[in-house]
Amino acid sequence: MLSKQEKELIIEIWTRLTPVADRIGAEALLRMFTSYPGTKTYFSHLDITPRSAHLLSHGQKIFLALAEGSKDIANLMTTLAPLQTYHAYQLRIQPSNFKLFSHCMIVTLACFMGDRFTPSLHAAMDKYLSAFSAVLGEKFR
Amino acid sequence: MVEWTDSERAIITSIFSNLDYEEIGRKSLCRCLIVYPWTQRYFGGFGNLYNAETILCNPLIAAHGTKILHGLDRALKNMDNIKNTYAELSLLHSDKLHVDPDNFRLLADCLTVVIAAKMGSAFTVETQVAWQKFLSVVVSALGRQYH
Repeated sequence: MLSKQEKELIIEIWTRLTPVADRIGAEALLRMFTSYPGTKTYFSHLDITPRSAHLLSHGQKIFLALAEGSKDIANLMTTLAPLQTYHAYQLRIQPSNFKLFSHCMIVTLACFMGDRFTPSLHAAMDKYLSAFSAVLGEKFR
Repeated sequence: MVEWTDSERAIITSIFSNLDYEEIGRKSLCRCLIVYPWTQRYFGGFGNLYNAETILCNPLIAAHGTKILHGLDRALKNMDNIKNTYAELSLLHSDKLHVDPDNFRLLADCLTVVIAAKMGSAFTVETQVAWQKFLSVVVSALGRQYH
């Protein structure tokens, strides 16, 4: 359960980091691909080498989806409906991978924000990313 | 037997050599208790854990965090035999402390995040890989004697 304060914190962070959406998203993806090589299997059609255009554009796409979702967390099921269908029926990504990406996104935010990535912010972000992942995986079965 | 490349050994040694055990130990354990509140179940005798602020100021938690980091140090000094190094500790966590071994992974993740925040951009992708490999061996060794 996210408190009102946590929801505001989350919106603030995603909004503040939107100018560097592509960099943050790409770094999270790169950390995931390198730490958990099995995750690369879903991206054989893209060039996911560091700093590639594909990586930056895909990173940005994911970041903006996360930012958008944060604006109305109570209605994630509605906001994410198209993405749910896409991930379940077309991409068919093993849902356990969402957790791996979430972890790498959190590590990326920690590197970027240093001390400002406080335990309270970490907790809020972890809860948000778990909720997002859960909704994204809803239609899998 | 876990194989370590020279580069992995160098990365892990370097992280430890720049580590303030008290600061990082305290921050990691506090973060784990705050982010994953169910882990507080193992710390009933540690005083006030009412909210994030009290956890962060709790001296018993701080001391325990330091103890954990010094425990991790043993893995650094015995990288080629982590499994046996932690056999006794694993039994302790299983038989006496009754800790769900999945929680070791949570603490490891929090430690990673604290170190990442400390090192910033120096916590490169390659650093993360080597560090996480090290922690996963530790976590596995700690869960090994559960029966």
